[in-house]
Amino acid sequence: MDAKKTPLYDEHVKLGGNVVDYAGWFLPVQYEGLVPEHEAVRNAVGLFDVSHMGEITIKGKDALAYVNYLMTNDISTIVDNQVIYTFMCHPTGGVVDDLLVYRYDGEFFYLVVNAANIEKDHKWILDNKGDFDVEIENISDSVGEVAIQGPMAEKVLQKLTDYDLSQIKFFHLKRDVEIAGVNCMVSRTGYTGEDGFEVYSDNEGIVKVWNAILEAGQDEGIKPTGLGCRDTLRFEASLPLYGHEMDDEITPLEAGFKYFVKLDKESDFIGKDALNKMWSEGLERKLAGIELIDRGIAREGYEIYKDGEKIGHITTGYKSPTLDKVIGNALIRTEFTELGTEVDVKIRNKFAKAKVISKKFLKK
Amino acid sequence: MKVAKGLFYTKDHEWVKVEGDEAFIGISDYAQHHLGDIVYVELPDVDDEFEKGEDFAAVESVKAASDVFMPVGGKVVAINEDLMDDPALLNQDAFENWLIKVELADKAELEELMNDEDYEKFLAEEE
Repeated sequence: MDAKKTPLYDEHVKLGGNVVDYAGWFLPVQYEGLVPEHEAVRNAVGLFDVSHMGEITIKGKDALAYVNYLMTNDISTIVDNQVIYTFMCHPTGGVVDDLLVYRYDGEFFYLVVNAANIEKDHKWILDNKGDFDVEIENISDSVGEVAIQGPMAEKVLQKLTDYDLSQIKFFHLKRDVEIAGVNCMVSRTGYTGEDGFEVYSDNEGIVKVWNAILEAGQDEGIKPTGLGCRDTLRFEASLPLYGHEMDDEITPLEAGFKYFVKLDKESDFIGKDALNKMWSEGLERKLAGIELIDRGIAREGYEIYKDGEKIGHITTGYKSPTLDKVIGNALIRTEFTELGTEVDVKIRNKFAKAKVISKKFLKK
Repeated sequence: MKVAKGLFYTKDHEWVKVEGDEAFIGISDYAQHHLGDIVYVELPDVDDEFEKGEDFAAVESVKAASDVFMPVGGKVVAINEDLMDDPALLNQDAFENWLIKVELADKAELEELMNDEDYEKFLAEEE
């Protein structure tokens, strides 16, 4: 099957983006280069096409109850126009997807899911509906999305709207904001560890929004930014990526995200029993940060050893552009996750010494 | 993209510069350009022996690690240690900054490589 084009495909080509097939979508890995784009987001502002992300709406009388049943976080704790990060788990505790839940009101929730999981999530949400009185719709194909990220994001986006963006607090949203004349939904969210906004509109409108933002951000040094730096930025900020830090087999507890799993939530949720059992019995493996002591770069999939015995693998690893150190997330046996523990990373045919460090790589 | 004259090239974008019975081996300008900012270079040890086609080094950008393959067989007689401290030298000049110097195992293997003109044609087709 051919990869799909986002509404911004032609813009990527015009900008000289190095377009590849990512999760079934043609998207740019980089335009000018991964490192300058990474730095633009950390120090100024960058603009990402994230139209590949999926959007699923859940509406109806039981919308809140149903969403809360699907999700590990407690969705009843957010108010209208608030956003929450959560996992959606299998009964085993493995992760179906990690996502953002936008609450428009108690009978209207807007879910933003990973591109690679859209079909799986949609089916999962339909299959578990039972007697809940809800309407479920996958509106992914009709929604375009860009993310403007970095310390100058608000200043740039503010030039394009009369709405006072400082009114949108972190993890809150505002509907019907006019950006460059296009009706948008705007949330103060992102995947980079920097301040910024995610802007949603119809497919036609998003092209106008994209070009207007790039134009408006000239003085602030805005750059179009690709998937390459999206991954290094989120990694430095300790944000997990589905299929790496967690997946159908790796639970959010093992990935170190218990904060987003409300084991004592009053209402039942899918995976609750398994996750409670796992937590009370203790984790056999969990995610740790590592820093290489020897030379080399620890990359995703590389095996980790202790005294010649395999104890896990790297889920994401880079030479961090911001920290200029070789660091990684390592899913390893719990007994070796204490800070300072020395382990060996198998890089091609050699072993490189590394030590366990805090997963909070980026101290802000 | 620059193609240096008088060198031999492979389809994997390695180059060979012959000096008597020895040769310098590196990666081409095309290769460094496509890798992007190079942040790490792994080189073999002196006296290691490799056959033609074997991977002997790795060149890594932020995004990915790429193996480098022997254009010809040989024994390593020197490695470019400057690259270990400053991998970005490869981005600055991929032909000046060789990876290893080898004692050629069989000079006849050079005949299977492309000359600079053939390599230029090959690059034109790659694009």
